[in-house]
Amino acid sequence: MEKKETIAATATSMGNAGIGIIRISGQEAFDVIERIFYSPSGIRLKDAPSHRIYYGYIKDEDRVVDEVMVLVMRAPNTYTREDTVEIDCHGGAFLMQEILKVVLKNGARMAEPGEFTKRAFLNGRIDLAQAESVMELIGAENEYARNNSVRQLRGELSEKIKGLREEILYQIAYIESALDDPEHISLEGYRDKLEVFVEEMEKKLERMIKESEDGRILSNGISTVILGKPNAGKSSLLNALAKEERAIVTDLAGTTRDVLTEHVMLGEISLHIADTAGIHDTQDRIERMGIKKAKEYAKRAELLIYVVDSLVPLDENDREIIDIIKDRRAIILLNKTDKDGVVKDKELRELTGKKVIGISAKEKTGLSDLETAVKELFINRAVERQEEACITNIRQRQAVMDAYKSILLVKDSIKNQMPEDFYTIDLMDAYEELGYVMGEMVGDDLIDEIFRKFCMGK
Amino acid sequence: MSILEETYDVVVVGAGHAGCEAALASARLGLNTIVFTISVDSIALMPCNPNIGGSSKGHLVREIDALGGEMGKNIDKTFIQSKMLNESKGPAVHSLRAQADKQEYTKEMRRTLENTDYLTIHQAEVTEVIVEDGKVRGVKTYSGAVYYCQAVVLATGTYLRSRCIYGDVSNETGPNGLQAASYLTGSLEKYGVEMYRFKTGTPARVDKRSIDFDKLEEQKGDERVVPFSFSTDPENVQKEQVSCWLTYTNEETHKVIRDNLSRSPLFSGVIEGTGPRYCPSIEDKVVKFADKNRHHVFIEPEGLYTNEMYLGGMSSSLPEDVQVAMYRTVKGLENVKIVRNAYAIEYDCINPRQLKPTLEFQMIEGLYSGGQFNGSSGYEEAAAQGLIAGINAARKVLGKEQIILDRSQAYIGVLIDDLVTKENHEPYRMMTSRAEYRLLLRQDNADLRLSEIGHQIGLVSDSQYNAVVKKKQLIEEEIRRLKQTVVGANEEVQSLLARYESTPLKTGTTLAELIRRPELSYEMLMEIDKGRKSLSQAVIEQVNINIKYEGYIKRQLKQVEQFKKLEGKKLNEDFDYDRVDNLRKEARQKLKLYKPLSIGQASRISGVSPADISVLLIYLEQVRREEKR
Repeated sequence: MEKKETIAATATSMGNAGIGIIRISGQEAFDVIERIFYSPSGIRLKDAPSHRIYYGYIKDEDRVVDEVMVLVMRAPNTYTREDTVEIDCHGGAFLMQEILKVVLKNGARMAEPGEFTKRAFLNGRIDLAQAESVMELIGAENEYARNNSVRQLRGELSEKIKGLREEILYQIAYIESALDDPEHISLEGYRDKLEVFVEEMEKKLERMIKESEDGRILSNGISTVILGKPNAGKSSLLNALAKEERAIVTDLAGTTRDVLTEHVMLGEISLHIADTAGIHDTQDRIERMGIKKAKEYAKRAELLIYVVDSLVPLDENDREIIDIIKDRRAIILLNKTDKDGVVKDKELRELTGKKVIGISAKEKTGLSDLETAVKELFINRAVERQEEACITNIRQRQAVMDAYKSILLVKDSIKNQMPEDFYTIDLMDAYEELGYVMGEMVGDDLIDEIFRKFCMGK
Repeated sequence: MSILEETYDVVVVGAGHAGCEAALASARLGLNTIVFTISVDSIALMPCNPNIGGSSKGHLVREIDALGGEMGKNIDKTFIQSKMLNESKGPAVHSLRAQADKQEYTKEMRRTLENTDYLTIHQAEVTEVIVEDGKVRGVKTYSGAVYYCQAVVLATGTYLRSRCIYGDVSNETGPNGLQAASYLTGSLEKYGVEMYRFKTGTPARVDKRSIDFDKLEEQKGDERVVPFSFSTDPENVQKEQVSCWLTYTNEETHKVIRDNLSRSPLFSGVIEGTGPRYCPSIEDKVVKFADKNRHHVFIEPEGLYTNEMYLGGMSSSLPEDVQVAMYRTVKGLENVKIVRNAYAIEYDCINPRQLKPTLEFQMIEGLYSGGQFNGSSGYEEAAAQGLIAGINAARKVLGKEQIILDRSQAYIGVLIDDLVTKENHEPYRMMTSRAEYRLLLRQDNADLRLSEIGHQIGLVSDSQYNAVVKKKQLIEEEIRRLKQTVVGANEEVQSLLARYESTPLKTGTTLAELIRRPELSYEMLMEIDKGRKSLSQAVIEQVNINIKYEGYIKRQLKQVEQFKKLEGKKLNEDFDYDRVDNLRKEARQKLKLYKPLSIGQASRISGVSPADISVLLIYLEQVRREEKR
């Protein structure tokens, strides 16, 4: 059973920041603080006006632990909708631990990960989309994911979905009221109007799905495969990016037989890179397996980086790779440009139509150009989208895709000149499916999701 | 002083459309039943419109019939015109409506009641319900006689403390000047029953000889009449029909109304009751749809026995002189003579959220109710509830499980669920839009949906039920055959397609695929379908619909599956909502009050938000997980 215990945790990182915050939430939050707070001016926090900050000391029995400011927030206007107290103390892991210990000793228990958010959700303070964003924010890998989560948290996604749902509901209501009261509400010419509406809705949902794809890629990191002939410098590049020697680098062509994966940060973008065996014609059985694997990886990857050794002329093997990267998001790195090579970037550009960047993996030059190129391929394309919250989680994405399919079915019905009362079946589906995004509609999957996200009932 | 004391199994109070169905169901199930009426001459009276059925109400009548009720059979015997409405729209909204001969209708129903075993009719006003220890024990009449019983069905219609009003004239009577029932309300209030005051109204009846029919549009009945009852032989209802007539109000009519609005008891505050938004008086319509320069007026015969005509669409409670002036502005009614004035009627009814979905009172065991007493409007809505209340009262006495139809099974299910779950402050009228799964709940398949339940209850005979089973089987076989039968792109097929302006075939296809084309139908493919057996029109209709709309039907079935998931999560009547911490206060109060039987029902209560439902679901899931451990 969900007991209304009072919970506490540090709300800022335990790092060496100047100020730290410890948050207490629950019915006894004021009792807890009352026991450990000493105010020189004699203010009793229990009776003090809400949403004000008070100066004083945290004491462990008679020992003063720290000089603090305490923010008092009475329910329901708090994050959890419960009585909440925040202690602004001096930063640093040791001191914060000390204060937290005192808090826990005096009636609060340690909050589980995400428990403040869980309470905010259960108490109706935030909807599921917002709660999920908090969880995603905590686990966010990069700046993009953080920004998106913050936007979802602000409820921008909810607002957007709510708007779409209202538009759909209006159409349903119109058809229904015309069926109920044909004398006063006419369906004459309605089909054409609905057709326009449906096409617009289709575009909006389509855009959301596309955005969610890019959003997901950016939040989770771009799965990337490095391709190239043996010894073109693929592993050196990976090492340069990863800033440590991971792949075995030798001068011997064909050293990388397996596929190594590495998670690297390129500026604020994360890449999940698979370094692969060089693609060439070989009799070595194990190496051949590696090559096969490389091609498979390349098929699934979101970004292909093709490394070309500028000192070795292009041959059959390069043509094979060029064939793989055409029609894909790819960047060509012309390696060993610190030496005078035989392959020129103009030639490659004309051959592939892709961006060509000269680098020296060994000397680690040209890497910042690579970062810019990746951004151009992924983020800059999405610059306008940066301003909006988009869906990154699979459950939400599935719901939007289902709604999209239902809208397409309405389009079919209109095309087939079905009587108007048929339209509402699929409009209703679209309406409800969008409702699942924010938990406005409640389904089993939602409950499973909640149990998974908030680790309940374990 | 000695009093009359008698004992029955079931007492039904009221013999209107709800009371008749309740009494018949109970008696037919073998229970000793007595039905009380204020006047035996007004059994199954139609005090308002002279028709049965209409949009979505037609569905109710066919469902009543499939469950073994009487309304469909009674109108089949007494109609004078019949029409299938909305035929230009999808099959979900087709609806039967028949004009009744009002006197024949009540006479025929009275004959049925009088000749039903175990059923006693008695003329008296019931003044008191006797309740002991939260259980119903009987009723008392105005004369002091006591009738003991194990279950009571209240179906008092619009008679409780009723008052008829037009202008500043107000009569303390029921409809048609019949005696009102003045005491029962007090008896119920004593037990804590919450009462509402509703109002409804009816238009004037006019003398046929004073109408200029040349100025009206004639509305004839269907060439081929479809009977309401699945057990009526269609051949027996093909008869000569009378016409209805259509005319319109105009700006002049509206001016008369607007000029006299201050004299309407609605606007002057004489009427306190809440009226139906969906069956508004003409003065309501003129105010609400101020931009419309005309409204329909349907002129319908009240029966073959009389010259009285009903002015559908123009109910009113304006003063007598305004009524005459107003009606005479309408084209064709310039010299009209009023036989009976239009009036509004105010009456007591209950807040139906005090009922379970079985129509039994939550706080009084064995007390059931149906019809306008439950805050609905319309003969068909009343009959549907009366039937279910009667069945459940009987089953209560018999110790059998109660019958609840859900929203995916029947319009009746939607009607009762709406009444007991949703907040309703006006007379509730059935409407197509209220049924979420209406493509499945068609009027044409009510027998296929509900006969099995009717048979299990014991109101549908073996032979009737077997006929439905047989019909189902024929439909399924035929659909299977059509899906398997391939026709080639040969000359015979192409020329048939050309005849119906349908795209020629490139390769072979199945007959089912061809039926799916909007421009084609089962009947049209006759000559290229060599293996076809002769089938009844009813079977062919189902084959056509099921093949043509298969995709939509499948999607609607999926919606039902989703719906059933939440309906399947049961809540106990005595579930303690105080144990669920995170419910909002309003939701907690509502849940305690309504006592929903499932999460699904809980989610439809106004004031219970999706967030509250997730909190409940999470709670139940936690309990489940804990129990599993």
